[in-house]
Amino acid sequence: MRQSCMEKVYELAQKDKRVLFIGSDLGIGTLQKFKEEMPERFLMEGISEANIIGMAAGLAMEGKVPYINTIATFLTRRCFEQIVVDLCLHKLNVRLLGSGGGLVYAPLGPTHEAIEDMAILRAIPHMTIVAPADAEEMKRLMDKSLDHQGPIYIRIAKGGDPVVTDDQMPFEIGKVFPMRAGKDALVITTGITLKHALDAAGQLHEEGIEAAVLHVPTLKPLDQKTILGHIASVPVVVTIEEHTLMGGLGSAVAEMIAEANFSPSKRFKRIGIPDVFPDQYGSQETLMNYYGINAAKIISIIKESHGEKAGTFHTASSQNKT
Amino acid sequence: MNTKTIVDKPMGLDPKSKDLRRMIVRVLELCGRGHVGAAFSLIEILRVLYDDVLKYDAKNPKWPLRDRCILSKGHGCLALYAVLADKGFFPEAEMWQFCKPAGLLGGHPEHKVPGVEASTGSLGHGLPIGVGMALNAKIDKAPYRTFVIVGDGECNEGSVWEAAMAASKHQLSNLTVIVDYNKHQSYSTTKEVLDLEPFVQKWQAFGFSVLEADGHDIAGLRKAFCAPCLDPDKPTVVIGHTVKGKGISFVENNLKWHHKNKLNKEELDAMLKELE
Repeated sequence: MRQSCMEKVYELAQKDKRVLFIGSDLGIGTLQKFKEEMPERFLMEGISEANIIGMAAGLAMEGKVPYINTIATFLTRRCFEQIVVDLCLHKLNVRLLGSGGGLVYAPLGPTHEAIEDMAILRAIPHMTIVAPADAEEMKRLMDKSLDHQGPIYIRIAKGGDPVVTDDQMPFEIGKVFPMRAGKDALVITTGITLKHALDAAGQLHEEGIEAAVLHVPTLKPLDQKTILGHIASVPVVVTIEEHTLMGGLGSAVAEMIAEANFSPSKRFKRIGIPDVFPDQYGSQETLMNYYGINAAKIISIIKESHGEKAGTFHTASSQNKT
Repeated sequence: MNTKTIVDKPMGLDPKSKDLRRMIVRVLELCGRGHVGAAFSLIEILRVLYDDVLKYDAKNPKWPLRDRCILSKGHGCLALYAVLADKGFFPEAEMWQFCKPAGLLGGHPEHKVPGVEASTGSLGHGLPIGVGMALNAKIDKAPYRTFVIVGDGECNEGSVWEAAMAASKHQLSNLTVIVDYNKHQSYSTTKEVLDLEPFVQKWQAFGFSVLEADGHDIAGLRKAFCAPCLDPDKPTVVIGHTVKGKGISFVENNLKWHHKNKLNKEELDAMLKELE
């Protein structure tokens, strides 16, 4: 996914002179062709992320469209105030390409795991947050990123993730994508957990339970009206995200459901990372399984609720280790 | 050698400097608050920039060929507002609405205000933005210059020095940093809180041509800001030696006047008397 993203930055820069690339201290050879062909618009600025965001703001104030890439935690944690004041307050066309969104850097530990990146940014006015599900969707997003007004955070997953999106569905920033229909439950997902949601829905179908899947790549601005429309037609709603349970997709959907006052009320459960710093290494996959961010967890929640009467929705906490 | 000292004999405040200060005292009277010390420290730096140095069109503040000027120490905004009002960027009447609910002008400058390039207030943001603007001019071969005014206390921030390295790396000779070096920050002297010295050598080590000036001397500042580029491969810093609260004896170097609200009539009268 990162490779597709970087290739798109190169393509965009070729066709539009407003586009610049800014890296911090990325791997040797990053965008080598870009550097050779458009050296004045290829900037590798060192391990100075706060300055990079401010500098990009200055360039964007003058009409440039800087695409900044570094590890997601360095962008969202270290540069929070620069993102708020320099980018969002001025509503500037800067693109933040956050590598390793979620648990990708599991072997490197908590300093590198971007598990609250979307929660942090969701609180800032004018920010747009997009988490594509696969490399093909990343390409479609990047094409739309050029002329979008205001800053965008683009969450880059590990790479090599299976392609599960449909290129027949035209991508728009802010749009949600119904990936599968179903009357018994709805799984709402963002980023790479779309695959887990689709796997779960497929297995549930085998057992006679029809679960719909709604892919929400744009976490902000959130298409609340459409999402609520999908929620209205099912009794059970489950969210899944490779992100802390505090402030991400699950929180956003919970807020919507709480204020919608559905009658009868919806049974609702969030799947994500509990309020902890990961205490294991391993791989993205092992950590996701450790926190129950997988198809099995979706299936168990939906099956349990499917067999119960309204008001007695008890499931194992998504914070339990599986 | 890339250091050049321009320090003329210090002079008293001229009528215009007193007028601008009186405008700020009137804001304090009508609106009840403001960062007095920082504003009075800055007035000569700003008025020289807007009188003699910057290219701008007050009726077309976004004129593409204008020189860019960012007040990174945003809490000094009353001085900037007084100068912008004096130059006609907005009506003087806006001054009397300072920090009021429907007023244009708040306690830190915002980019919605005509003539304000960037919203500042949290320190350490203006120089990185100015580096981006200056780099843009270099990429596009645009003729505008970029000026960024930073505070001495602000130079505690690491982002200032990150930006200084970037300015040096990109050889931004179209960028001038101006330091309002009044040797005081909110709590105490800069020496006590986080000593900046050796300050000239720091900027030199970060790749800047360094000038020093009396930050209240009009002729000296004019000479420093208009000086031909000292080194075509380097950005310039002008360290303006200033006095916090300059012009009012009981405000000068008095940290109780860093930010002031609810001024009484005696204080206001005493200020005006010293500005006669």
